[in-house]
Amino acid sequence: MVTSLKEEELHKHVLIPYKPNAKYAYTAGQAQSRYLLGLKEGKILGRKCVKCGKIYVPPKMYCDECFRPTDTWVEVMDEGYVMTAVASFISWTREKISEPELVGVIRLLPSSPRDFVYPGIFHKLCVSYEEVKNMSVIGKRVKAVWRPKEERKASINDIQCFKVI
Amino acid sequence: MKVNIHLNKRVAVIGAGMTQFRRRILETPQEIAWEASSKALEEAGLELKDIECVVIGSAPDAFDGVNLKGEYLSHGSGGIRKPSSRVFVGGATGVMAAITGWYHVASGMCNTVLVVAEEKMSPARPHPQSVFRYIWDPILEKPLNPNLIWIFAMEMHRYMATYGIKKEEIALVSVKNKRNAANNPYAQLGGNITVDDVLNSEVLVWPVQLLDISPVSDGGAAMIMASEDVARRYSDTPIWVDGVGWTLDNTEWPARDLAYARYLEFAARMAYKMAGIENPYKELDVIEPYDPFDYKELHHIEGLRIAQRGEAPKLLKEGVFDIDGDIPSSPSGGLLGVGNPIAAAGLMKVISIYWQLKGTAGKMQVKKPVHTGLAQAWGDLMQASTVIIMRN
Repeated sequence: MVTSLKEEELHKHVLIPYKPNAKYAYTAGQAQSRYLLGLKEGKILGRKCVKCGKIYVPPKMYCDECFRPTDTWVEVMDEGYVMTAVASFISWTREKISEPELVGVIRLLPSSPRDFVYPGIFHKLCVSYEEVKNMSVIGKRVKAVWRPKEERKASINDIQCFKVI
Repeated sequence: MKVNIHLNKRVAVIGAGMTQFRRRILETPQEIAWEASSKALEEAGLELKDIECVVIGSAPDAFDGVNLKGEYLSHGSGGIRKPSSRVFVGGATGVMAAITGWYHVASGMCNTVLVVAEEKMSPARPHPQSVFRYIWDPILEKPLNPNLIWIFAMEMHRYMATYGIKKEEIALVSVKNKRNAANNPYAQLGGNITVDDVLNSEVLVWPVQLLDISPVSDGGAAMIMASEDVARRYSDTPIWVDGVGWTLDNTEWPARDLAYARYLEFAARMAYKMAGIENPYKELDVIEPYDPFDYKELHHIEGLRIAQRGEAPKLLKEGVFDIDGDIPSSPSGGLLGVGNPIAAAGLMKVISIYWQLKGTAGKMQVKKPVHTGLAQAWGDLMQASTVIIMRN
């Protein structure tokens, strides 16, 4: 079914190896900067729009529904429910990796199972491949495993992963 | 949702052309665009001088490895010294190009439009997958080293968990579409496979396996759209565009339930309203929902309100979506069977419906008479959706 490329086929072509010296200085912006500083303190911060009640995690300075500024900072729990989980056997360059990377999406609390939109986070899960494969992890309550305080760098990796409680 | 449609002119499709879809095709992107465009002109019986406007659809620049793809493709697409524009909304681009062609004519701006979509995924080394790295949030997501299949695997698992759907049921889409593609002369990966073949294929990102996913591909597609008076002059069988719809949902996919394609429901409601469709299950005769992954066809059939939430797999098993079923779905073979050069694959879906309604789909032609068809595409960070409805 699938014809993969042979090594010699690759060499039949003129390849132009080119490594652009492209460096980007991304800004975290007003909302995400505060969010990252919150992670350093072991807190997950969001922004709330009082008009529609929506809580944005990751935070935003504006409400995209009401198109007005969000009003207050709120701290959500570092606990929630696993909405979905996957196990990746390929790297971002599509090379095979033997130990799968386990990641998922967590609906953070406070929120309700009926919410279509909720405070959410995409992160690693400290679970086994088996639990992902048999789907038993989906719907489980999880809690963030924080890096030791002195190792935190105001980065998304200040959380090591989410662990089932 | 408010939709106000003020049409100046009724719009028809009068010709289409495609290149074969395959990987490492020998032509340049412009040569691919030219081949598809000249075939479309030939089918319509027009020459390039008869074309007033050109619309080019191409998804991210990075796949072909060149910047500003609109300008780059313009001469191969017949766009020189004409009002030419390029649209791109990720995977939703192919149908968006047709919609853009539609509003060029519907508004009264042009009487004839050449719509061209091209994508060449093979230049990227070591794999086009790495090009997708730059669609993730640079600060909150990229540090986790994601690849693009992650999000679709997450959506697929959420869909399965919410409605209790099994992988076996989803694999039937891949089986059906690759079987249909065997009848498509443009297809890359037609063939007879079984559910077991899908379940035994390489695990990429569980639950996504190799045969759950469409192949990397290169190809082009082109279509001629015209106002009613021009269409009547050049064609005995113009196919009318009766409804279009497109929307973006929010980009925060980790903060929105992935079980249901809300972005598509909005786009579909807009198109149904324009086409006067109240019951899509009863009124649609043939559909081409976007299927870069097998679960995605089912997900989209539900977003199109053809099936209730979580019910599409049941209808699939009953044969409703087979080529001789009630609502044949992806009779072309879809992206799973034909290949997935992103923008070209979307326009391929529109062209397939056009050929079905015209009755010239050859071996792909569905068994029952068809009068109303729908094509749909989806893309960006799981947020963009485009829908087009045509009638003969």
